[in-house]
Amino acid sequence: MVEAVLRTERLTKHFGGLAAVNDISLEFFTDQIHAVIGPNGAGKTTLTSLLSGDLLPTSGRIVLDGEDIAGLSADRVSQRGVGRSYQKTNIFLPFTVFENCRLAAQSRLKSSMRFTRPALRYDDVSREALRALAEVSLEHRAQELAATLSHGEQRQLEIAMTLATRPRILLLDEPLAGMGSEESARMVALLQRLKQAHAMLLVEHDMDAVFALADRLTVMVNGSVLESGAPEQIRASAAVQEAYLGTEELHQ
Amino acid sequence: MRHSRLAAAVLFACLLALVLLPWFAEKYYIQLFTKMMIMAIFAMSLDLLVGYTGLVSLGHAAFFGLAGYVLAFAAPQYQAANLWLSLPLAMAVSGLLALAIGVLVLRTSGIYFIMVTLAFAQMVFFVFHDTKIAGGADGIYVYAKPVAAIAGWEPFSLENHTHFYFVVLVLLVLVYALLRMLLASLFGRVIVGIRVNEQRMRSLGYRTFRYKLVCFVLSGALAGMAGYFAAAQFGFVSPDILGWHQSGSVLMMVILGGMGTLNGAILGAFAMMLLELGFQGLPVVGGVDIGKHWQLLMGGFIVFVVLLLPHGLLGLGRLASRLLRKPAEAGDG
Repeated sequence: MVEAVLRTERLTKHFGGLAAVNDISLEFFTDQIHAVIGPNGAGKTTLTSLLSGDLLPTSGRIVLDGEDIAGLSADRVSQRGVGRSYQKTNIFLPFTVFENCRLAAQSRLKSSMRFTRPALRYDDVSREALRALAEVSLEHRAQELAATLSHGEQRQLEIAMTLATRPRILLLDEPLAGMGSEESARMVALLQRLKQAHAMLLVEHDMDAVFALADRLTVMVNGSVLESGAPEQIRASAAVQEAYLGTEELHQ
Repeated sequence: MRHSRLAAAVLFACLLALVLLPWFAEKYYIQLFTKMMIMAIFAMSLDLLVGYTGLVSLGHAAFFGLAGYVLAFAAPQYQAANLWLSLPLAMAVSGLLALAIGVLVLRTSGIYFIMVTLAFAQMVFFVFHDTKIAGGADGIYVYAKPVAAIAGWEPFSLENHTHFYFVVLVLLVLVYALLRMLLASLFGRVIVGIRVNEQRMRSLGYRTFRYKLVCFVLSGALAGMAGYFAAAQFGFVSPDILGWHQSGSVLMMVILGGMGTLNGAILGAFAMMLLELGFQGLPVVGGVDIGKHWQLLMGGFIVFVVLLLPHGLLGLGRLASRLLRKPAEAGDG
């Protein structure tokens, strides 16, 4: 049996008395998109933040390649091959698109405590940045300022930055949020392509996309897992229908 | 492209003017410009923190002043210190202080960072103010300027005000070049990234604390270089040079000139000191000594600049070059 790239064991996060993430055990495999859905406030983004090291768990384990990484800071988690994109676009707006990606690629050098050679003369880093931009078809905008991109393009840039860090697992928090239908279709195709080389957590509200992409589906409600399984199984679940999915959406 | 070429031309013209100045100016002005260049180095060191890394420090004078005290200790009574030993020593001591303070203050950010840098600097201030070290509140004289002797040979003498001027000018250019190189390097890209979005830098895998700390130490050491020459030139060191007034003053220079450009820090240092002199020289009008109340005018001017020129005085230049360019571009089309 294939070993999971990442798995959580009874992962829990309390904010005061509130259990935002409660006792969650999930697995993520390469070549598989594991989608997490659930109503607002279900704890999807908190879960993502726990996995990326942006938040520290109250209890439970996060095992990456057999090693517990719970409690490591975000930079260490990133260095171990976990790449995250944020729900609210989180890029360097005053920089060029290229510099955004270059900075992401630069993070994979052993150290950036290099004070003399111009950053632009590190050809490997620049090449890696352009490769990541090409991956999301943004290379033609490389020299534009990130702030001037459309919302959809900024979402793509965010993914490109994540890719430039060469992660093995991608944590994507609503990559389709606010996108037009054409942009969405392109993003779905991109994610389809990316899944071949990456394990992927996809938090998404767009049910068309979720059912088109997901190999495995977990439904969260109030910080807990309501149901987890193959998409067809979720679609058929009465509990899920009641708690979250409108009947309309299930009959498409 | 055209914009940067124009900026380079202006920069070169300014440098040329500074090189030629001693042939045309009297001693008083040579010394004045020496002092302005020293403050420009100080302001650039702060700009590295404030303008590039996004760390607004209100305690930067601690590093400036401590280096001045190091010189005073290195030159007891009428004995002159050796420049080649005492300058690196002064910078190292300031850098070490920055390391000690930085390890603690860099765990905070925003308004808290401003407050704790101020608090630490005031602690250093009171160490020199309330104890008998180096004359306490009265300060201490540095009677002899550092000697630049290497095995008996003296390439220049800081007792000569023109030599002093050129030494500081060379250092100004060197520090400028050093910082430009630094900012273009991998390290420089990281610190600018930290200013724009530190959280994202962390999630990209950068241990931002280390980079901020290195930056803080470097900035402290460069402030020390400026403080060393300020003390050498003035020939006197008192707790005032490491007080919050001095910290506020250099921060004002950076803001006045324009943050995050280096050029702005230099311009701000020059402008503020010239304005100070200009306002102080104003005559008595109708029984009111305007010159005596120069700080009021200075305050007003800074408020004016901050409100109208978000990029400082340097923004004025940018505005002008854009206005100059407009007609030309219209002609093209």
